[in-house]
Order: sequence, then C-alpha cells, then structure tokens
Amino acid sequence: MTASVSITLKVNGETVSADVPPRMHLADFLRERLALTGTHIGCEHGVCGACSVRLNGEVVRGCLVLAVQADGAEVLTVEGLSDSGEIADLQEAFRNRNALQCGYCTPGMLLTAQELLAQGGVPDRETIREHMSGNYCRCTGYQAIVDAVETTAAARAAARG
Amino acid sequence: MKAAAFDYARPATLDEALGLLRRHGDAAKIVSGGQSLVPALNLRLLSPEILIDIGRIDALRGITVEGGTVRIGALTRHVELMNSAPVAEKLPLVAEAIPHVAHPAIRNRGTIGGNIAHADPASEMPAVLQALDAVIVVRSADGERRIAAEEFFTGIYETALRADEIVTAVEVPAAKAGERFFFHEFARRSGDYAIVGLAVRMTVSGASASNVRLGFFAVGDKATLAEKAAAALSAGPVTAATVAAAQAALADDLTPQDDQQASAATRLHLARVVLGRAVAALLEDPSLAGRTAA
Repeated sequence: MTASVSITLKVNGETVSADVPPRMHLADFLRERLALTGTHIGCEHGVCGACSVRLNGEVVRGCLVLAVQADGAEVLTVEGLSDSGEIADLQEAFRNRNALQCGYCTPGMLLTAQELLAQGGVPDRETIREHMSGNYCRCTGYQAIVDAVETTAAARAAARG
Repeated sequence: MKAAAFDYARPATLDEALGLLRRHGDAAKIVSGGQSLVPALNLRLLSPEILIDIGRIDALRGITVEGGTVRIGALTRHVELMNSAPVAEKLPLVAEAIPHVAHPAIRNRGTIGGNIAHADPASEMPAVLQALDAVIVVRSADGERRIAAEEFFTGIYETALRADEIVTAVEVPAAKAGERFFFHEFARRSGDYAIVGLAVRMTVSGASASNVRLGFFAVGDKATLAEKAAAALSAGPVTAATVAAAQAALADDLTPQDDQQASAATRLHLARVVLGRAVAALLEDPSLAGRTAA
C-alpha cells in the first residue's frame, strides 16, 4: 500500500532522482527534498499562486501537481529563473516600485509575470491584472506589482527597438 | 493540508487504464491535470486508495474536425482549447468561455475531460457543452457509450459516468450559418467561481429566434438547460413581452441555491438579468435587455 515511486526529473537544469510517496506534491518535493524554498506554499489548494513553478516551460501550481507526475519533466523554480538572469530586469523593477512587502507572494508573482512578458508586446494594465489574477498578495500591494510588470514590459519593448 | 496516502498507477494505454479501473472501481480516482482532483485530495474531501494517472495516454489527446463535428480528446488542456484555430473558427462559444475558466496556471494543466468528469456546478464547460448539444464519449472495458451532454450532468460533482468508465472525448457540433452565441458570467474576481453564468446558442432570423439553448451554471446543483425560457423565446418574434415571459419562466427552469457568495433570490435575479442581456446582444436590440422585478 502506497509504496514510494522512483522519479527522475530535471530541476533548474540538474537531473534529480528520488523516491517519493505518491501523495507528495511538487512544491513539497522541491522544498523538502531539494531545499529549494523559494517556492512558497500558501493555500495548498490552487487558489493563491505562491507555489507557482515552470513545468515543461509553462507556469503551473506546484501544489496541484504531484511529484510523481513530474517524472521525466523539466522544472524551473524561482531560484533557477533568478540565476539564469532571465528576470533580472523584472526583479529590479519590483525593487524600484516597492512591489514586494512581506515577499511571500513574490516568487509566484515573478514566475507568472514573466510568462506574460515572454509573450512580447506591451500588455495594458487590464491584461496584466487578468494574467496575474490567480496570484494573491495578502499585503494587497497589487498596484505596485502591476506597475513593475508594466515598466518591465515597456523597457523590454524599448530595448527591442 | 496534505492529501491522505494513496497508491499511484500510470498506465501507458487506455485498455490498461480501463482494466485497472474495473479492478479498483470506486476505490480509484482517475487523474490527469489534477486541477480539481488534487485540491480535493489536499483538503481531504476525497481519499481514494489509488490514483490512476491517464495523463500520458496519447490516444486521448488532440482536437480534430470530422465533417460538422469537432472532436476534443479528453486530455486536451484548457490552454490548448484557448489557442486552437479550429476551436476559434468552429466553436466560438467554447473560445469565448475558456478565458473564464480559472487562471492561466490552472488552464495550463487542467483538461476538458477532468473538468466535466468533476462536474462542478459552477464550472463553465458543462453549460457550454449543453448549450452546444455536445456528446460526451466514455469508455469502459465493455466498450463505448455516447451520452448527450444534457444527460451527463446529474448533480453536484455527479455525472452519468459509471465507476468503471473514463471520459475519452467530447464531440461538439460546429457552428452553423445563422447561429449566434453568447457567454457571460458574474464573478467576484476574474477567474473565480461564477455566481451566475449563461452560455447561449440560438439561430437568429430577423426578429425571431429558434434552436434556442440556454445553458445556465452556478445556479443550482448542476449546469442545466432552461427549457421553458428557451421555449418562450422561440414563440414568434422576440419582443419585450417574450423576454419578460422567458425571464419569468426561469423560476421553473432553475433551482438556485443559497451559499456564501449569494442568496437564491439574488441568483434568480441575476439569471434574469443575464438572460435579458443575452437576448439583447444576440438580436442586436438593446431595448430587449428589459427590466426585471427583484
């Protein structure tokens, strides 16, 4: 009954193998087995977005994917995204606009915002709000977060020329 | 919270999955995207003995157009429906509804098969599929059954699926000439559970409507077609009086419930408001939106 399952996946570019109980979700696996605690856990039922990670290139809820389901997948956490430099400008904009207060939601906000920004173009504030609507900030610093995303989009568009 | 312990199987083929399901029956739950099931596991609303993960059975994927029908494999994710050219062209009502389904991160993983098998009364797709007269294709080890969408949803989280059956596909009639579509939902926040929602298909000719299907959701224990209201709208040219009759008929068609989001009376009122707006939009006559008694 409920035997552990062997999985092998790539996390932030490194191949990882582990035996996991089927009930362990991906966010717990990342935090408890790999000590990647940048992925935060809030509600654990898919509402708050704090546990957002990239799975095979798409942002998903880490608490709604079982670790066994990530077998063979590529996972990118906020640590990997940060180290790659892909969001350095977005992180800078978050700091400049004071778009984080307690910081709990920030990893999920960064992942989710970058998914929108990577589509190119300069989304309007309504589009940004719509895209970020699944991520809670309980400090309620939404205006500054939208500011930071908007600023980054404009700066990237200007850099593209 | 954390899910209770369960076993896990990831069959490579549908036959293997159906065999496992027959063996375990009610003790098993099928999972693919997990966007409805895993929250229920984490909250311990469900504690199956085994999860059967059908997420890697490629035969259940894909969107194909066959004649006048769009066949959507059960594992098709909401994001794939949202980005699908055939869906945009042939199923405009589906295309309009999908952005209202949860949030991008959920749509990246949640599947249409899981959505309808879960049968949340506030979910959009069960109402859309009923409005479009879709067929739900299900399979057990004994073979295939084809179930009309309006027969499929039987109650809160309840469907016509038997314990040994898996949803394999949804077949949706493509839009025909003269058909018009409307979708709207009232929700507190983008992507949140609807308080009241409506998906409509009708054929419009001049000032008359025919072929009217009104799929309401979040107004009762399941998505449901408002048949008396549809009949009222189909009786000759649509006027303010017929809209009022249709709105009145919703009291018979719907059984709204009280919950923390809204009272039953509020829901019935909002259902009448959204029906008026739908008719006004589809017949391109703003005066038909009308007024509704509280």
